[in-house]
Amino acid sequence: MIVMQVAVLLFVAITGTAVVFTRNPLHQVIGLAFYGLVMTLMFFIFQAPDVAFSQIVIGAVVIPLMVLLTLAKLKVKEQGRK
Amino acid sequence: MNHQMRTALFLAGGLGFFCFYLWGLHGLPGFGHYPGPYGDIINALTVYQRHATDAVTAVNFDYRGFDTLGEEFILFTSVMGANLLLRKQKDDREEDPPLDRADGRIVPPTSDAIRVAGLALVVPIVVFGLYTVAHGQLTPGGGFQGGVILASMPLIIYLCGDYNAFDRVTSHLLSEIAEAVGAGGYAVTGVIAIFFGLPFLTNFIPLGQTGDVLSSGTIFVISVLTGIEVAAGLVVLMISFFAQALVYRKPGNENRRLP
Repeated sequence: MIVMQVAVLLFVAITGTAVVFTRNPLHQVIGLAFYGLVMTLMFFIFQAPDVAFSQIVIGAVVIPLMVLLTLAKLKVKEQGRK
Repeated sequence: MNHQMRTALFLAGGLGFFCFYLWGLHGLPGFGHYPGPYGDIINALTVYQRHATDAVTAVNFDYRGFDTLGEEFILFTSVMGANLLLRKQKDDREEDPPLDRADGRIVPPTSDAIRVAGLALVVPIVVFGLYTVAHGQLTPGGGFQGGVILASMPLIIYLCGDYNAFDRVTSHLLSEIAEAVGAGGYAVTGVIAIFFGLPFLTNFIPLGQTGDVLSSGTIFVISVLTGIEVAAGLVVLMISFFAQALVYRKPGNENRRLP
């Protein structure tokens, strides 16, 4: 169990850092969704299944979707300005 | 301020933060060693006092039900705020039909595998969401968790279909009503206790048999109401975002259709 805990914490650190260092917002969203998934795994391994339920939908789906839709809207505005 | 100075400032600040961080870590209890008495007390008492086997939900919806009421209204207010910001403005025009791809881009059709897997998941997700809401007091889960699971159902529909399919399975008006009923119902449940001469949000409903779905008194009721509020609130949020991104356009920003 301790091996899994260490592994998942390292994984969270790596994916979190990767999200921060990704500069292109579109690529960042994909990383963010993956980070949300890894966080879900972490909550699950640390025996918080109810937090994992919320995290898998909010962190891995809803937040990335909201960012994606915002980017799409900004793109439309940009095209209109040209 | 040039680049070098900014880096120096960051390094100085970072070093200071790191020192305080190490100092703070020094005082923490060992990993996995729970120091406080409250968790153990709750674990020992929940089943006897509230007939609930999930202590987390019992704490959320009963022992500290007033805090959760505040959290629920934080969610309610933020959804309403986003809804207000993303409303249809006076000079907005509606795209008809809405286009969920960039102008002039030819998107490959959704693969059959995704459509079949997604549609097969719709019913299990709804059932699992309802189960999580209804069994909040028995197994891990509850209103918040079940609510977000239920709210992911329209997204699965969007994933296997398009925006029109999402639009058909959701209703802005009904979702708003459900959100208001859920949020208001929680507060009303608390007020009813006052009419029985008990403090606000006291568990006044008979607790029932431990392990039954209909047990734990107001914990079950509040869990269901929270589930309605969270699911409806997220759906309202997604409808607003989708409408802004795909439907509403300022004059001059309309999609240029390919001939």
